[in-house]
Amino acid sequence: MKSLDELHDIYDKLKNYISIRTGNNSSALNQRHVLVCGGTGCTSSNSEKIIQALNREIAINKIEKEVKVIKTGCFGLCALGPIMIVYPEGCFYSMVTLEDIPEIVQKHFLQGKVVKKLLYQETVDGDTIKSLQSTPFYAKQQRVALRNCGVIDPECIDEYIAVNGYKALEKVLTQTSPDQVIKLVSDAGLRGRGGGGFPTGFKWKLAAANQADQKYVCCNADEGDPGAFMDRSVLEGDPHTVLEAMAIAGFAIGASKGYIYIRAEYPIAVKRLKIAIDQAREYGILGKNIFKKGFNFDIDIRLGAGAFVCGEETALITSIEGHRGEPKPRPPYPAVKGLFGKPTILNNVETYANIPPIILNGSEWFSSIGTEKSKGTKVFALGGKINHTGLVEVPMGTTLREIVDEIGGGVPNGKSFKAAQTGGPSGGCIPASYFDIPIDYDNLIEIGSMMGSGGLIVMDESTCMVDIAKFFLEFTVDESCGKCTPCREGTKRLLEILNKITEGIATIEDISKLESLCKYMKQTALCGLGQTAPNPVLSTLRYFRDEYEAHIKDHKCSAGVCKALLQYKILPEKCKGCTLCARNCPAGAISGKVKEIHIIDQQKCIKCGVCCSKCKFNAIIKG
Amino acid sequence: MQKIIGKTPFNGTEDQKKRLQEAIEKHKSDPGALMPILHKAQEIYGYLPIEVQSIIAEGLELSLEDVYKVTTFYSQFSLAPKGKYEISICLGTACYVKGSGEIADKISSILGIKPEECTEDGKFSLTACRCIGACGLAPVITINKDVYGRLTPDDIEGILAKYA
Repeated sequence: MKSLDELHDIYDKLKNYISIRTGNNSSALNQRHVLVCGGTGCTSSNSEKIIQALNREIAINKIEKEVKVIKTGCFGLCALGPIMIVYPEGCFYSMVTLEDIPEIVQKHFLQGKVVKKLLYQETVDGDTIKSLQSTPFYAKQQRVALRNCGVIDPECIDEYIAVNGYKALEKVLTQTSPDQVIKLVSDAGLRGRGGGGFPTGFKWKLAAANQADQKYVCCNADEGDPGAFMDRSVLEGDPHTVLEAMAIAGFAIGASKGYIYIRAEYPIAVKRLKIAIDQAREYGILGKNIFKKGFNFDIDIRLGAGAFVCGEETALITSIEGHRGEPKPRPPYPAVKGLFGKPTILNNVETYANIPPIILNGSEWFSSIGTEKSKGTKVFALGGKINHTGLVEVPMGTTLREIVDEIGGGVPNGKSFKAAQTGGPSGGCIPASYFDIPIDYDNLIEIGSMMGSGGLIVMDESTCMVDIAKFFLEFTVDESCGKCTPCREGTKRLLEILNKITEGIATIEDISKLESLCKYMKQTALCGLGQTAPNPVLSTLRYFRDEYEAHIKDHKCSAGVCKALLQYKILPEKCKGCTLCARNCPAGAISGKVKEIHIIDQQKCIKCGVCCSKCKFNAIIKG
Repeated sequence: MQKIIGKTPFNGTEDQKKRLQEAIEKHKSDPGALMPILHKAQEIYGYLPIEVQSIIAEGLELSLEDVYKVTTFYSQFSLAPKGKYEISICLGTACYVKGSGEIADKISSILGIKPEECTEDGKFSLTACRCIGACGLAPVITINKDVYGRLTPDDIEGILAKYA
């Protein structure tokens, strides 16, 4: 248990220490901080062993006092992991291997000479080393929700306190009333970052207005959208910010209990959240009579178990209650009758991560960022056919071109951009013709997609749009909870038609069947999952109708993905008769003698593509 | 989603049962205790055969049906035992766009099992999962705690050989 004065002491003691990393006070302590990413992406590429090797080398050279190794959350550039940043210089070492460690310790830490060849090359300009912030990946970003990710040690509450952590909670408990907090959040214009974009302040106001002996604050950390990992990165890199924001929400609506519903597939995030909750309880920041202001608030974790529908608020609440995560009709809204029948608010992780900065910097600061109706920033998980896979945070209103071409470094292998998919299985595709549209909630809805939680998957010419629609429908067929008929049956029938199209046995009438079925599902399904499940079909039909028609009429898949429509052919003018393809064909479908032109028997061919990848003369094409 | 129910006879030990009953006692009075207990039970037994679900139903004074309808709803609760080496293939969008479908086909053809199945010798099981969040390494598979990324179908044979 710590008093407010003791927390202030921790802040005063550590703010100098932490400022080495924020660049405000570079040489005060004569220390080096080595920040190694301990997020899931970098852990998967072995960052844990890098940390061990660093500590070992540092101990051998007896420079423990001068060099501190800190395991942080995600820096964002996951494609270049494992990542290591050294302050005060701000040097960015990428794709670090165990073999590199002795050299970095010897040359950089002992002799003060940066090992240039191991740096991220975009930060090296002749003899000068540029700051990470000036690289194309970071220059256009503005980090609000991710402000502490990759800066502090997420397993150390003192480091969070040193970057103004828990100051927002202190401010609301000591200086404001619950109504003022709600007004601040409303004035800021913050909208829910989980998908729908519902105004957060309004949600809080509804729950605050309901009188009850018990109310709940819930956090949706069940990031189900495949290809999205924003919330996980916040939890892994800055778990305390979520706890702080939930306590502030609890104060605002009059709740004393919070639940975080998190995916069980996120073991690192779960572990760090548990550590954070224990630390906050130990410091008296969670528990009874917080800061001696008479406010009680505590938080428990509930693990999800892999059900996409639990991202829907009523389904998530039912799941926390220990039942099948089936949605319920609304009204009553959770703000009136939610968890265990009591008024409940549910916000997602990224929404919460915006709360402490809004409280500390004011609503005007927040609403100055972004577009007219979408304020603040948005975190996107960039993935798919893009050079800089990773996590980016940009002001609302940034264009797709800026995100894909400038920050993301464009499409690799000289291929061209075809579409970006946002909103996961509930969203749609944005074609190249909308490359310059400012991205915010309303514009995305307008063009038939949605913000969703922030997955942004880039596709190039080798992606088949009918196949992508099929991929999402396979997902929703699996994930439909089965409670309402439009979704349970509708998704299956949509998938059947899409299968026919990709197998080349559909008729042109099937397209209108798809369209009318989509319309009925949108109008009649019970919850968001079913109402939005047709979106991937509708948006690909809207922008790539010619691809659907080519599949049906010409039996052609221009991307070369749909196997049933594929044919591998040997170009006679290029075939040298080397027999390599015939020897590797698992189906024995290729015939031909040495130095004679080979032929593929289309009846026997299983379209595995082995011949194509083995041919040294580019003589085999698919089409 | 269709659940596969294991055919191997249940061989839980007394020690496992004791640990499960302790977990039930500990969480019994929590609101919404069933899910955390099922997670714990799966951790103890590796899967949730009907015998384990019966112990839980009894301990929480629920009907077996109440437990069964929850275990069959969530994809993470497994009603069949997992292999010694559990292969998870990420079929999230980022991995799919980068060809994880072909990786899954390759693993299936080598091991002769489909997703959610286990080889007869109990050595490998295959699960299709949705985004483990290592999109920078796409396409990705995990085998127990080892992560393999930036894969092509040609890499698979060599990787599986390490566990043979």
